[in-house]
Amino acid sequence: MTAFVARRLLAAVPVLLAVSLATFALLYLVPGDPVKTLVGERASPETIANIRRDLGLDLPVVQRYLTWLGRTLRGDLGRSWTTGRPVAASLAVRFPVTLRLALVAFAVSVTVGLGVGVFSATRHNSAADHGVRFLLLLTGAVPVFVMATAAMYVFGVRLHWLPVSGLGDGSLRHFILPGAVLGLYLSIYQARMTRSVMLEVIRQDYIRTARAKGLPERVVIWRHAFRNALVTVITLLGGSLSNLLVGSVLTETIFNLPGVGRFTVDAAYARDFPVVMGCFLFQAVVFVSANVLVDIGYALADPRVRVG
Amino acid sequence: MARGRARLNGMAVAGLGLLVVVVLAALAAPLLAPAPPDRLSLGESLQPPTPAHPCGTDYYGRDVLSRVLHGGRVSLAISLSAQLVALGLGVTLGVLAGYFGGWVDFAVMRTVDVFLAFPDLLLAIGIAAALGPGLPSVLVALGLVGWPGLCRLVRGEVMALRERDFIQAAKAIGAGHGWILWRHVLPNVVAPTVIATSLGLGSRIMQEASLSFLGLGVQPPVASWGSMVHFGLRWLSRAPWLVIFPGLAIAIAVLGFNLLGDGLRDALDPRLEE
Repeated sequence: MTAFVARRLLAAVPVLLAVSLATFALLYLVPGDPVKTLVGERASPETIANIRRDLGLDLPVVQRYLTWLGRTLRGDLGRSWTTGRPVAASLAVRFPVTLRLALVAFAVSVTVGLGVGVFSATRHNSAADHGVRFLLLLTGAVPVFVMATAAMYVFGVRLHWLPVSGLGDGSLRHFILPGAVLGLYLSIYQARMTRSVMLEVIRQDYIRTARAKGLPERVVIWRHAFRNALVTVITLLGGSLSNLLVGSVLTETIFNLPGVGRFTVDAAYARDFPVVMGCFLFQAVVFVSANVLVDIGYALADPRVRVG
Repeated sequence: MARGRARLNGMAVAGLGLLVVVVLAALAAPLLAPAPPDRLSLGESLQPPTPAHPCGTDYYGRDVLSRVLHGGRVSLAISLSAQLVALGLGVTLGVLAGYFGGWVDFAVMRTVDVFLAFPDLLLAIGIAAALGPGLPSVLVALGLVGWPGLCRLVRGEVMALRERDFIQAAKAIGAGHGWILWRHVLPNVVAPTVIATSLGLGSRIMQEASLSFLGLGVQPPVASWGSMVHFGLRWLSRAPWLVIFPGLAIAIAVLGFNLLGDGLRDALDPRLEE
Protein backbone atom coordinates (compact mmCIF):
# COMPACT_ATOMS: atom_id res chain seq x y z
CA MET A 1 0.00 0.00 0.00
CA THR A 2 2.79 2.44 0.89
CA ALA A 3 4.47 1.62 -2.41
CA PHE A 4 1.25 2.30 -4.28
CA VAL A 5 0.74 5.66 -2.58
CA ALA A 6 4.34 6.67 -3.23
CA ARG A 7 4.10 5.63 -6.88
CA ARG A 8 0.87 7.53 -7.39
CA LEU A 9 2.21 10.68 -5.70
CA LEU A 10 5.44 10.57 -7.68
CA ALA A 11 3.54 10.15 -10.94
CA ALA A 12 1.73 13.41 -10.24
CA VAL A 13 4.94 15.44 -9.96
CA PRO A 14 5.90 15.49 -13.69
CA VAL A 15 2.28 16.19 -14.61
CA LEU A 16 2.20 19.17 -12.26
CA LEU A 17 5.52 20.44 -13.63
CA ALA A 18 4.18 20.17 -17.17
CA VAL A 19 1.01 21.93 -16.04
CA SER A 20 3.08 24.80 -14.71
CA LEU A 21 4.92 24.97 -18.03
CA ALA A 22 1.63 24.98 -19.94
CA THR A 23 0.29 27.75 -17.71
CA PHE A 24 3.43 29.78 -18.22
CA ALA A 25 3.24 29.19 -21.98
CA LEU A 26 -0.26 30.67 -21.97
CA LEU A 27 1.28 34.12 -21.78
CA TYR A 28 3.22 33.36 -24.96
CA LEU A 29 0.06 32.56 -26.88
CA VAL A 30 -0.91 36.20 -26.52
CA PRO A 31 -0.57 37.79 -29.94
CA GLY A 32 1.48 40.96 -29.88
CA ASP A 33 2.82 42.50 -26.71
CA PRO A 34 0.97 41.77 -23.45
CA VAL A 35 2.26 45.05 -22.02
CA LYS A 36 0.65 47.00 -24.86
CA THR A 37 -2.56 45.06 -24.22
CA LEU A 38 -2.23 46.20 -20.61
CA VAL A 39 -1.41 49.89 -20.99
CA GLY A 40 -2.79 50.54 -24.46
CA GLU A 41 -1.06 51.30 -27.75
CA ARG A 42 -0.48 54.96 -27.02
CA ALA A 43 1.73 54.62 -23.92
CA SER A 44 5.19 56.16 -24.22
CA PRO A 45 8.13 53.82 -24.94
CA GLU A 46 9.62 54.63 -21.51
CA THR A 47 6.46 53.60 -19.69
CA ILE A 48 6.38 50.35 -21.66
CA ALA A 49 10.06 49.68 -20.95
CA ASN A 50 9.52 50.36 -17.22
CA ILE A 51 6.57 47.98 -17.03
CA ARG A 52 8.49 45.33 -18.94
CA ARG A 53 11.30 45.58 -16.40
CA ASP A 54 8.89 45.54 -13.45
CA LEU A 55 7.20 42.43 -14.78
CA GLY A 56 10.55 40.85 -15.63
CA LEU A 57 9.55 40.58 -19.27
CA ASP A 58 13.03 41.67 -20.40
CA LEU A 59 14.72 38.54 -19.04
CA PRO A 60 15.39 35.38 -21.10
CA VAL A 61 12.47 32.93 -21.23
CA VAL A 62 14.09 30.12 -19.25
CA GLN A 63 15.14 32.47 -16.49
CA ARG A 64 11.67 33.98 -16.35
CA TYR A 65 10.08 30.53 -16.10
CA LEU A 66 12.41 29.44 -13.30
CA THR A 67 11.92 32.70 -11.39
CA TRP A 68 8.17 32.42 -11.81
CA LEU A 69 8.18 28.75 -10.78
CA GLY A 70 10.29 29.51 -7.73
CA ARG A 71 7.95 32.25 -6.58
CA THR A 72 4.93 30.10 -7.32
CA LEU A 73 6.30 27.24 -5.22
CA ARG A 74 6.67 29.67 -2.32
CA GLY A 75 2.99 30.56 -2.72
CA ASP A 76 3.53 33.90 -4.43
CA LEU A 77 1.28 34.03 -7.50
CA GLY A 78 2.00 37.66 -8.32
CA ARG A 79 -0.39 40.60 -8.30
CA SER A 80 -3.45 41.35 -10.36
CA TRP A 81 -2.81 43.79 -13.20
CA THR A 82 -6.16 45.44 -12.65
CA THR A 83 -6.51 45.65 -8.87
CA GLY A 84 -2.92 45.22 -7.75
CA ARG A 85 -3.99 42.73 -5.09
CA PRO A 86 -1.96 39.52 -4.54
CA VAL A 87 -3.53 36.68 -6.52
CA ALA A 88 -2.91 34.09 -3.79
CA ALA A 89 -4.78 36.18 -1.21
CA SER A 90 -7.75 36.60 -3.55
CA LEU A 91 -7.82 32.86 -4.18
CA ALA A 92 -7.83 32.22 -0.44
CA VAL A 93 -10.93 34.41 -0.11
CA ARG A 94 -12.70 32.87 -3.09
CA PHE A 95 -11.98 29.20 -2.63
CA PRO A 96 -14.33 28.80 0.39
CA VAL A 97 -17.22 30.06 -1.77
CA THR A 98 -16.46 27.44 -4.42
CA LEU A 99 -16.08 24.83 -1.70
CA ARG A 100 -19.50 25.57 -0.21
CA LEU A 101 -21.17 25.51 -3.63
CA ALA A 102 -19.41 22.21 -4.28
CA LEU A 103 -20.66 20.64 -1.06
CA VAL A 104 -24.29 21.58 -1.71
CA ALA A 105 -24.10 20.44 -5.33
CA PHE A 106 -22.41 17.20 -4.31
CA ALA A 107 -25.10 16.40 -1.76
CA VAL A 108 -27.81 17.05 -4.36
CA SER A 109 -26.09 15.05 -7.08
CA VAL A 110 -25.41 12.00 -4.92
CA THR A 111 -28.99 11.87 -3.65
CA VAL A 112 -30.51 12.31 -7.10
CA GLY A 113 -27.89 10.44 -9.12
CA LEU A 114 -27.63 7.28 -7.01
CA GLY A 115 -31.38 7.24 -6.35
CA VAL A 116 -32.32 7.54 -10.00
CA GLY A 117 -29.63 5.07 -11.02
CA VAL A 118 -30.89 2.37 -8.65
CA PHE A 119 -34.53 3.13 -9.57
CA SER A 120 -33.71 2.74 -13.26
CA ALA A 121 -31.62 -0.42 -12.84
CA THR A 122 -34.25 -2.24 -10.77
CA ARG A 123 -36.80 -1.57 -13.53
CA HIS A 124 -34.45 -2.56 -16.36
CA ASN A 125 -36.00 -2.01 -19.82
CA SER A 126 -39.40 -1.08 -18.39
CA ALA A 127 -41.25 2.05 -19.51
CA ALA A 128 -40.11 3.79 -16.29
CA ASP A 129 -36.45 2.93 -17.06
CA HIS A 130 -36.68 4.24 -20.63
CA GLY A 131 -38.56 7.32 -19.48
CA VAL A 132 -35.97 8.18 -16.85
CA ARG A 133 -33.10 7.65 -19.27
CA PHE A 134 -34.70 9.86 -21.88
CA LEU A 135 -35.30 12.54 -19.26
CA LEU A 136 -31.60 12.42 -18.31
CA LEU A 137 -30.60 12.74 -21.95
CA LEU A 138 -32.98 15.67 -22.38
CA THR A 139 -31.73 17.48 -19.25
CA GLY A 140 -28.14 16.98 -20.32
CA ALA A 141 -28.87 18.67 -23.65
CA VAL A 142 -30.17 21.87 -22.04
CA PRO A 143 -27.23 24.22 -21.43
CA VAL A 144 -26.59 24.66 -17.70
CA PHE A 145 -26.79 28.44 -18.07
CA VAL A 146 -30.28 28.20 -19.57
CA MET A 147 -31.43 25.84 -16.80
CA ALA A 148 -29.91 28.17 -14.21
CA THR A 149 -31.65 31.16 -15.75
CA ALA A 150 -34.98 29.32 -15.68
CA ALA A 151 -34.45 28.30 -12.04
CA MET A 152 -33.55 31.87 -11.08
CA TYR A 153 -36.62 33.20 -12.87
CA VAL A 154 -39.08 30.71 -11.39
CA PHE A 155 -37.85 30.33 -7.80
CA GLY A 156 -36.26 33.74 -7.36
CA VAL A 157 -38.08 36.31 -9.47
CA ARG A 158 -41.60 34.78 -9.56
CA LEU A 159 -42.02 32.74 -6.38
CA HIS A 160 -39.55 34.64 -4.16
CA TRP A 161 -38.62 31.40 -2.42
CA LEU A 162 -34.89 31.89 -2.65
CA PRO A 163 -32.42 34.69 -3.36
CA VAL A 164 -32.08 35.27 -7.12
CA SER A 165 -28.30 35.55 -7.14
CA GLY A 166 -25.27 36.78 -5.28
CA LEU A 167 -23.59 35.70 -2.09
CA GLY A 168 -25.63 37.87 0.30
CA ASP A 169 -24.53 37.19 3.86
CA GLY A 170 -22.98 33.92 2.66
CA SER A 171 -25.64 31.78 4.32
CA LEU A 172 -26.78 28.43 2.97
CA ARG A 173 -29.91 29.97 1.42
CA HIS A 174 -27.77 31.60 -1.25
CA PHE A 175 -26.24 28.28 -2.24
CA ILE A 176 -29.41 26.21 -2.57
CA LEU A 177 -30.44 27.28 -6.06
CA PRO A 178 -26.97 27.24 -7.68
CA GLY A 179 -26.11 24.03 -5.81
CA ALA A 180 -29.30 22.33 -6.99
CA VAL A 181 -28.74 23.29 -10.62
CA LEU A 182 -25.09 22.24 -10.61
CA GLY A 183 -25.92 19.06 -8.68
CA LEU A 184 -28.63 18.15 -11.17
CA TYR A 185 -26.12 18.19 -14.03
CA LEU A 186 -23.58 16.12 -12.12
CA SER A 187 -26.28 13.62 -11.22
CA ILE A 188 -26.94 12.83 -14.89
CA TYR A 189 -23.56 11.17 -15.23
CA GLN A 190 -23.81 9.56 -11.80
CA ALA A 191 -27.24 8.12 -12.54
CA ARG A 192 -26.03 6.60 -15.81
CA MET A 193 -22.99 5.05 -14.16
CA THR A 194 -24.92 3.80 -11.11
CA ARG A 195 -27.49 2.21 -13.39
CA SER A 196 -24.95 0.28 -15.46
CA VAL A 197 -22.91 -0.79 -12.42
CA MET A 198 -26.10 -1.96 -10.67
CA LEU A 199 -27.18 -3.93 -13.74
CA GLU A 200 -23.79 -5.62 -13.72
CA VAL A 201 -24.10 -6.54 -10.02
CA ILE A 202 -27.70 -7.72 -10.24
CA ARG A 203 -26.62 -10.38 -12.76
CA GLN A 204 -24.22 -11.95 -10.23
CA ASP A 205 -24.86 -15.34 -8.66
CA TYR A 206 -24.95 -14.05 -5.08
CA ILE A 207 -27.94 -11.88 -5.94
CA ARG A 208 -29.75 -14.92 -7.31
CA THR A 209 -28.84 -16.75 -4.10
CA ALA A 210 -30.15 -13.91 -1.97
CA ARG A 211 -33.42 -13.96 -3.88
CA ALA A 212 -33.60 -17.76 -3.78
CA LYS A 213 -33.33 -17.84 -0.02
CA GLY A 214 -36.41 -15.64 0.12
CA LEU A 215 -35.02 -12.24 1.14
CA PRO A 216 -37.35 -9.34 0.44
CA GLU A 217 -36.42 -7.54 -2.80
CA ARG A 218 -35.70 -4.31 -0.88
CA VAL A 219 -33.02 -6.06 1.17
CA VAL A 220 -31.57 -7.76 -1.93
CA ILE A 221 -31.28 -4.47 -3.77
CA TRP A 222 -30.04 -2.17 -1.01
CA ARG A 223 -28.08 -4.53 1.27
CA HIS A 224 -26.60 -6.91 -1.31
CA ALA A 225 -26.55 -5.27 -4.71
CA PHE A 226 -26.15 -1.57 -3.88
CA ARG A 227 -23.38 -2.06 -1.33
CA ASN A 228 -21.34 -3.98 -3.86
CA ALA A 229 -22.03 -1.48 -6.60
CA LEU A 230 -20.93 1.30 -4.26
CA VAL A 231 -17.22 0.44 -4.55
CA THR A 232 -17.24 1.30 -8.23
CA VAL A 233 -19.63 4.20 -7.83
CA ILE A 234 -17.42 5.84 -5.19
CA THR A 235 -14.54 6.30 -7.65
CA LEU A 236 -16.92 7.99 -10.04
CA LEU A 237 -18.13 10.24 -7.25
CA GLY A 238 -14.54 11.16 -6.54
CA GLY A 239 -14.23 12.25 -10.15
CA SER A 240 -17.23 14.54 -9.86
CA LEU A 241 -15.95 15.93 -6.56
CA SER A 242 -12.70 17.03 -8.15
CA ASN A 243 -14.63 18.60 -11.02
CA LEU A 244 -16.75 20.48 -8.52
CA LEU A 245 -13.81 21.76 -6.50
CA VAL A 246 -12.42 23.40 -9.56
CA GLY A 247 -15.52 25.51 -9.35
CA SER A 248 -18.24 25.43 -11.86
CA VAL A 249 -17.35 28.42 -13.95
CA LEU A 250 -20.79 28.73 -15.50
CA THR A 251 -22.82 28.31 -12.32
CA GLU A 252 -20.74 30.81 -10.36
CA THR A 253 -20.92 33.30 -13.19
CA ILE A 254 -24.66 33.16 -13.69
CA PHE A 255 -25.51 33.17 -9.98
CA ASN A 256 -22.96 35.89 -9.36
CA LEU A 257 -21.06 33.91 -6.70
CA PRO A 258 -17.52 35.19 -6.12
CA GLY A 259 -15.81 31.81 -6.29
CA VAL A 260 -12.68 30.67 -8.11
CA GLY A 261 -14.56 29.96 -11.35
CA ARG A 262 -16.03 33.44 -11.50
CA PHE A 263 -12.60 34.89 -10.70
CA THR A 264 -11.12 33.03 -13.67
CA VAL A 265 -13.78 34.25 -16.09
CA ASP A 266 -13.55 37.87 -14.95
CA ALA A 267 -9.77 37.75 -15.30
CA ALA A 268 -10.00 36.14 -18.72
CA TYR A 269 -12.42 38.86 -19.75
CA ALA A 270 -10.13 41.62 -18.51
CA ARG A 271 -7.08 39.72 -19.82
CA ASP A 272 -5.52 40.05 -16.38
CA PHE A 273 -2.82 37.45 -16.95
CA PRO A 274 -1.34 37.00 -13.46
CA VAL A 275 -4.86 36.18 -12.24
CA VAL A 276 -5.63 33.90 -15.22
CA MET A 277 -2.37 32.04 -14.66
CA GLY A 278 -2.86 31.84 -10.90
CA CYS A 279 -6.41 30.53 -11.26
CA PHE A 280 -5.32 28.09 -13.92
CA LEU A 281 -2.52 26.69 -11.84
CA PHE A 282 -4.59 26.55 -8.68
CA GLN A 283 -7.45 24.70 -10.34
CA ALA A 284 -5.18 22.25 -12.15
CA VAL A 285 -3.36 21.49 -8.89
CA VAL A 286 -6.67 20.94 -7.08
CA PHE A 287 -7.92 18.79 -9.95
CA VAL A 288 -4.79 16.63 -10.17
CA SER A 289 -4.45 16.20 -6.38
CA ALA A 290 -8.11 15.32 -6.00
CA ASN A 291 -7.69 12.65 -8.66
CA VAL A 292 -4.66 11.24 -6.85
CA LEU A 293 -6.56 11.15 -3.57
CA VAL A 294 -9.45 9.38 -5.28
CA ASP A 295 -7.07 6.75 -6.67
CA ILE A 296 -5.58 6.20 -3.23
CA GLY A 297 -9.02 5.99 -1.67
CA TYR A 298 -10.02 3.48 -4.28
CA ALA A 299 -6.96 1.35 -3.55
CA LEU A 300 -7.86 1.39 0.14
CA ALA A 301 -11.36 0.18 -0.66
CA ASP A 302 -10.39 -2.41 -3.25
CA PRO A 303 -7.07 -4.24 -2.79
CA ARG A 304 -7.06 -5.51 -6.40
CA VAL A 305 -6.26 -2.00 -7.67
CA ARG A 306 -2.89 -1.92 -5.89
CA VAL A 307 -1.40 -4.46 -8.25
CA GLY A 308 -0.16 -3.10 -11.55
CA MET B 1 -32.65 -7.87 -25.82
CA ALA B 2 -33.19 -7.66 -29.56
CA ARG B 3 -36.12 -5.38 -28.93
CA GLY B 4 -34.02 -3.15 -26.70
CA ARG B 5 -31.39 -2.81 -29.36
CA ALA B 6 -33.92 -1.98 -32.08
CA ARG B 7 -35.40 0.67 -29.80
CA LEU B 8 -32.04 2.26 -29.17
CA ASN B 9 -31.40 2.35 -32.88
CA GLY B 10 -34.74 4.09 -33.04
CA MET B 11 -33.01 6.64 -30.80
CA ALA B 12 -30.20 6.95 -33.34
CA VAL B 13 -32.76 7.55 -36.08
CA ALA B 14 -34.55 10.13 -33.94
CA GLY B 15 -31.21 11.86 -33.32
CA LEU B 16 -30.42 11.85 -37.01
CA GLY B 17 -33.88 13.27 -37.71
CA LEU B 18 -33.32 16.17 -35.29
CA LEU B 19 -29.91 16.85 -36.82
CA VAL B 20 -31.27 16.85 -40.38
CA VAL B 21 -33.81 19.46 -39.33
CA VAL B 22 -31.17 21.57 -37.54
CA VAL B 23 -28.65 21.39 -40.38
CA LEU B 24 -31.23 22.06 -43.11
CA ALA B 25 -32.62 25.01 -41.13
CA ALA B 26 -29.11 26.45 -40.81
CA LEU B 27 -28.25 25.86 -44.48
CA ALA B 28 -31.54 27.34 -45.69
CA ALA B 29 -31.44 30.21 -43.17
CA PRO B 30 -31.47 32.97 -45.82
CA LEU B 31 -34.57 31.39 -47.42
CA LEU B 32 -36.43 30.54 -44.19
CA ALA B 33 -35.70 33.66 -42.15
CA PRO B 34 -38.59 36.12 -42.18
CA ALA B 35 -36.16 39.06 -42.08
CA PRO B 36 -32.43 39.73 -42.47
CA PRO B 37 -30.88 38.86 -39.07
CA ASP B 38 -29.26 42.27 -38.63
CA ARG B 39 -32.14 44.49 -39.76
CA LEU B 40 -32.83 46.99 -37.00
CA SER B 41 -36.36 48.13 -36.35
CA LEU B 42 -36.28 50.24 -33.24
CA GLY B 43 -40.06 50.76 -33.28
CA GLU B 44 -40.50 47.02 -32.68
CA SER B 45 -38.19 46.67 -29.68
CA LEU B 46 -38.74 43.60 -27.41
CA GLN B 47 -41.96 42.43 -29.10
CA PRO B 48 -43.36 39.11 -27.80
CA PRO B 49 -43.86 36.30 -30.33
CA THR B 50 -46.49 37.22 -32.94
CA PRO B 51 -47.27 35.83 -36.43
CA ALA B 52 -44.99 38.52 -37.91
CA HIS B 53 -42.15 37.60 -35.51
CA PRO B 54 -42.75 33.95 -34.48
CA CYS B 55 -40.00 34.11 -31.84
CA GLY B 56 -40.36 37.77 -30.94
CA THR B 57 -37.82 40.59 -31.37
CA ASP B 58 -34.80 41.78 -29.39
CA TYR B 59 -34.00 45.21 -27.96
CA TYR B 60 -33.05 46.58 -31.39
CA GLY B 61 -36.19 45.12 -32.96
CA ARG B 62 -34.25 42.39 -34.76
CA ASP B 63 -36.26 39.25 -35.56
CA VAL B 64 -35.24 36.50 -33.11
CA LEU B 65 -36.22 33.59 -35.39
CA SER B 66 -34.01 34.96 -38.16
CA ARG B 67 -31.17 35.40 -35.71
CA VAL B 68 -31.55 31.86 -34.34
CA LEU B 69 -31.49 30.43 -37.89
CA HIS B 70 -28.42 32.43 -38.86
CA GLY B 71 -26.80 31.89 -35.46
CA GLY B 72 -27.12 28.15 -36.11
CA ARG B 73 -24.82 28.50 -39.12
CA VAL B 74 -22.17 30.05 -36.86
CA SER B 75 -22.60 27.53 -34.02
CA LEU B 76 -22.61 24.52 -36.34
CA ALA B 77 -19.73 25.76 -38.49
CA ILE B 78 -17.52 26.42 -35.43
CA SER B 79 -18.36 23.08 -33.79
CA LEU B 80 -17.80 21.14 -37.00
CA SER B 81 -14.47 22.81 -37.77
CA ALA B 82 -13.28 22.44 -34.17
CA GLN B 83 -14.21 18.77 -34.19
CA LEU B 84 -12.27 18.32 -37.46
CA VAL B 85 -9.19 19.82 -35.79
CA ALA B 86 -9.70 17.51 -32.80
CA LEU B 87 -10.23 14.55 -35.11
CA GLY B 88 -7.11 15.26 -37.15
CA LEU B 89 -4.89 15.65 -34.08
CA GLY B 90 -6.50 12.92 -31.98
CA VAL B 91 -6.64 10.17 -34.61
CA THR B 92 -3.20 10.86 -36.10
CA LEU B 93 -1.40 11.02 -32.76
CA GLY B 94 -3.47 8.19 -31.27
CA VAL B 95 -2.69 5.84 -34.19
CA LEU B 96 1.01 6.71 -34.12
CA ALA B 97 1.25 6.29 -30.34
CA GLY B 98 -0.63 3.02 -30.30
CA TYR B 99 1.14 1.51 -33.30
CA PHE B 100 4.74 2.50 -32.65
CA GLY B 101 4.66 2.49 -28.84
CA GLY B 102 7.99 3.30 -27.17
CA TRP B 103 9.05 6.92 -26.94
CA VAL B 104 6.40 8.06 -29.45
CA ASP B 105 3.71 6.66 -27.18
CA PHE B 106 5.39 8.16 -24.13
CA ALA B 107 5.62 11.65 -25.62
CA VAL B 108 2.07 11.66 -26.95
CA MET B 109 0.48 10.27 -23.82
CA ARG B 110 2.29 12.62 -21.45
CA THR B 111 1.05 15.53 -23.58
CA VAL B 112 -2.45 14.09 -23.30
CA ASP B 113 -2.03 13.90 -19.51
CA VAL B 114 -1.18 17.60 -19.32
CA PHE B 115 -4.21 18.56 -21.41
CA LEU B 116 -6.44 16.37 -19.28
CA ALA B 117 -5.08 17.98 -16.10
CA PHE B 118 -7.28 20.99 -16.92
CA PRO B 119 -11.05 20.62 -16.94
CA ASP B 120 -12.42 21.11 -20.49
CA LEU B 121 -14.09 24.46 -20.14
CA LEU B 122 -11.21 25.92 -18.12
CA LEU B 123 -8.75 25.00 -20.88
CA ALA B 124 -10.99 26.61 -23.48
CA ILE B 125 -11.30 29.75 -21.34
CA GLY B 126 -7.54 29.99 -20.90
CA ILE B 127 -6.84 29.65 -24.61
CA ALA B 128 -9.62 32.07 -25.54
CA ALA B 129 -8.30 34.56 -22.98
CA ALA B 130 -4.75 34.30 -24.29
CA LEU B 131 -5.70 34.64 -27.95
CA GLY B 132 -8.34 37.27 -27.29
CA PRO B 133 -12.04 36.60 -27.81
CA GLY B 134 -13.31 36.07 -31.33
CA LEU B 135 -14.03 33.37 -33.87
CA PRO B 136 -10.46 32.11 -34.55
CA SER B 137 -9.63 31.66 -30.87
CA VAL B 138 -12.87 29.74 -30.26
CA LEU B 139 -11.87 27.39 -33.05
CA VAL B 140 -8.38 26.82 -31.66
CA ALA B 141 -9.67 26.48 -28.09
CA LEU B 142 -12.36 23.92 -28.92
CA GLY B 143 -10.08 21.98 -31.27
CA LEU B 144 -7.44 21.70 -28.55
CA VAL B 145 -10.03 20.69 -25.94
CA GLY B 146 -11.37 17.88 -28.09
CA TRP B 147 -8.30 15.92 -29.13
CA PRO B 148 -6.86 14.36 -25.93
CA GLY B 149 -9.88 12.17 -25.19
CA LEU B 150 -10.08 11.01 -28.79
CA CYS B 151 -6.35 10.34 -28.86
CA ARG B 152 -6.53 8.15 -25.76
CA LEU B 153 -9.46 6.18 -27.21
CA VAL B 154 -7.81 5.58 -30.61
CA ARG B 155 -4.48 4.67 -29.01
CA GLY B 156 -6.18 2.01 -26.89
CA GLU B 157 -7.91 0.50 -29.92
CA VAL B 158 -4.70 0.48 -31.97
CA MET B 159 -2.66 -1.11 -29.16
CA ALA B 160 -5.13 -4.00 -29.10
CA LEU B 161 -5.09 -4.28 -32.89
CA ARG B 162 -1.31 -4.31 -33.12
CA GLU B 163 -1.11 -7.80 -31.61
CA ARG B 164 -3.87 -9.28 -33.77
CA ASP B 165 -3.00 -11.99 -36.30
CA PHE B 166 -3.91 -10.05 -39.43
CA ILE B 167 -1.52 -7.25 -38.55
CA GLN B 168 1.22 -9.74 -37.69
CA ALA B 169 0.50 -11.52 -41.01
CA ALA B 170 0.77 -8.26 -42.94
CA LYS B 171 4.12 -7.62 -41.24
CA ALA B 172 5.27 -11.16 -42.03
CA ILE B 173 4.67 -10.74 -45.76
CA GLY B 174 6.78 -7.59 -45.64
CA ALA B 175 4.18 -4.82 -45.72
CA GLY B 176 5.53 -1.38 -44.79
CA HIS B 177 4.29 0.65 -41.80
CA GLY B 178 2.44 3.10 -44.04
CA TRP B 179 0.55 0.32 -45.81
CA ILE B 180 -0.37 -1.46 -42.57
CA LEU B 181 -1.56 1.75 -40.95
CA TRP B 182 -3.60 2.79 -43.95
CA ARG B 183 -5.11 -0.57 -44.97
CA HIS B 184 -5.34 -2.49 -41.72
CA VAL B 185 -5.24 -0.15 -38.73
CA LEU B 186 -7.26 2.89 -39.82
CA PRO B 187 -10.32 0.99 -41.11
CA ASN B 188 -10.56 -0.72 -37.73
CA VAL B 189 -10.69 2.48 -35.72
CA VAL B 190 -13.42 4.02 -37.87
CA ALA B 191 -16.32 2.69 -35.76
CA PRO B 192 -15.18 4.00 -32.35
CA THR B 193 -14.09 7.25 -34.01
CA VAL B 194 -17.52 7.79 -35.57
CA ILE B 195 -19.21 7.27 -32.20
CA ALA B 196 -16.78 9.60 -30.43
CA THR B 197 -17.23 12.20 -33.17
CA SER B 198 -20.99 12.28 -32.82
CA LEU B 199 -20.79 12.66 -29.02
CA GLY B 200 -17.87 15.09 -29.47
CA LEU B 201 -19.92 17.34 -31.74
CA GLY B 202 -22.55 17.56 -29.01
CA SER B 203 -19.84 18.66 -26.57
CA ARG B 204 -18.41 21.16 -29.05
CA ILE B 205 -21.84 22.78 -29.54
CA MET B 206 -22.20 23.05 -25.77
CA GLN B 207 -18.66 24.40 -25.26
CA GLU B 208 -19.02 26.99 -28.02
CA ALA B 209 -22.31 28.06 -26.45
CA SER B 210 -20.66 28.26 -23.01
CA LEU B 211 -17.69 30.32 -24.22
CA SER B 212 -19.94 32.70 -26.14
CA PHE B 213 -22.30 32.85 -23.17
CA LEU B 214 -19.40 33.95 -20.98
CA GLY B 215 -18.60 36.65 -23.54
CA LEU B 216 -15.31 34.96 -24.47
CA GLY B 217 -16.56 33.44 -27.72
CA VAL B 218 -17.77 35.05 -30.94
CA GLN B 219 -18.14 38.82 -30.78
CA PRO B 220 -20.76 41.12 -32.35
CA PRO B 221 -21.76 41.54 -35.13
CA VAL B 222 -21.29 37.75 -35.43
CA ALA B 223 -23.91 35.95 -33.32
CA SER B 224 -24.06 32.32 -32.24
CA TRP B 225 -26.70 30.69 -30.07
CA GLY B 226 -24.54 31.12 -26.98
CA SER B 227 -23.89 34.81 -27.56
CA MET B 228 -27.61 35.38 -28.15
CA VAL B 229 -28.27 34.01 -24.66
CA HIS B 230 -25.43 36.20 -23.33
CA PHE B 231 -27.02 39.38 -24.68
CA GLY B 232 -30.61 38.26 -24.08
CA LEU B 233 -30.04 37.73 -20.37
CA ARG B 234 -30.13 41.48 -19.75
CA TRP B 235 -33.83 41.53 -20.71
CA LEU B 236 -34.75 38.28 -19.01
CA SER B 237 -37.75 39.46 -16.99
CA ARG B 238 -39.19 41.60 -19.84
CA ALA B 239 -38.38 39.35 -22.80
CA PRO B 240 -37.65 35.75 -21.79
CA TRP B 241 -37.98 34.64 -25.45
CA LEU B 242 -34.52 36.13 -26.06
CA VAL B 243 -33.11 33.31 -23.90
CA ILE B 244 -35.69 30.57 -24.55
CA PHE B 245 -35.36 30.22 -28.34
CA PRO B 246 -31.57 30.15 -28.70
CA GLY B 247 -31.48 27.88 -25.63
CA LEU B 248 -33.96 25.56 -27.28
CA ALA B 249 -31.86 25.50 -30.47
CA ILE B 250 -28.78 24.47 -28.47
CA ALA B 251 -30.77 21.77 -26.66
CA ILE B 252 -32.17 20.31 -29.92
CA ALA B 253 -28.76 20.18 -31.59
CA VAL B 254 -27.02 18.65 -28.56
CA LEU B 255 -29.83 16.14 -28.03
CA GLY B 256 -29.55 15.16 -31.71
CA PHE B 257 -25.82 14.48 -31.52
CA ASN B 258 -26.10 12.62 -28.19
CA LEU B 259 -29.00 10.43 -29.34
CA LEU B 260 -27.11 9.62 -32.53
CA GLY B 261 -23.89 8.89 -30.66
CA ASP B 262 -25.55 6.65 -28.07
CA GLY B 263 -27.55 4.82 -30.73
CA LEU B 264 -24.47 4.30 -32.90
CA ARG B 265 -22.51 2.98 -29.96
CA ASP B 266 -25.19 0.43 -29.40
CA ALA B 267 -25.32 -0.59 -33.06
CA LEU B 268 -21.59 -0.52 -33.87
CA ASP B 269 -20.07 -1.68 -30.62
CA PRO B 270 -21.72 -4.88 -29.43
CA ARG B 271 -19.25 -5.22 -26.56
CA LEU B 272 -20.93 -2.41 -24.69
CA GLU B 273 -24.10 -3.74 -23.21
CA GLU B 274 -26.26 -1.21 -21.46
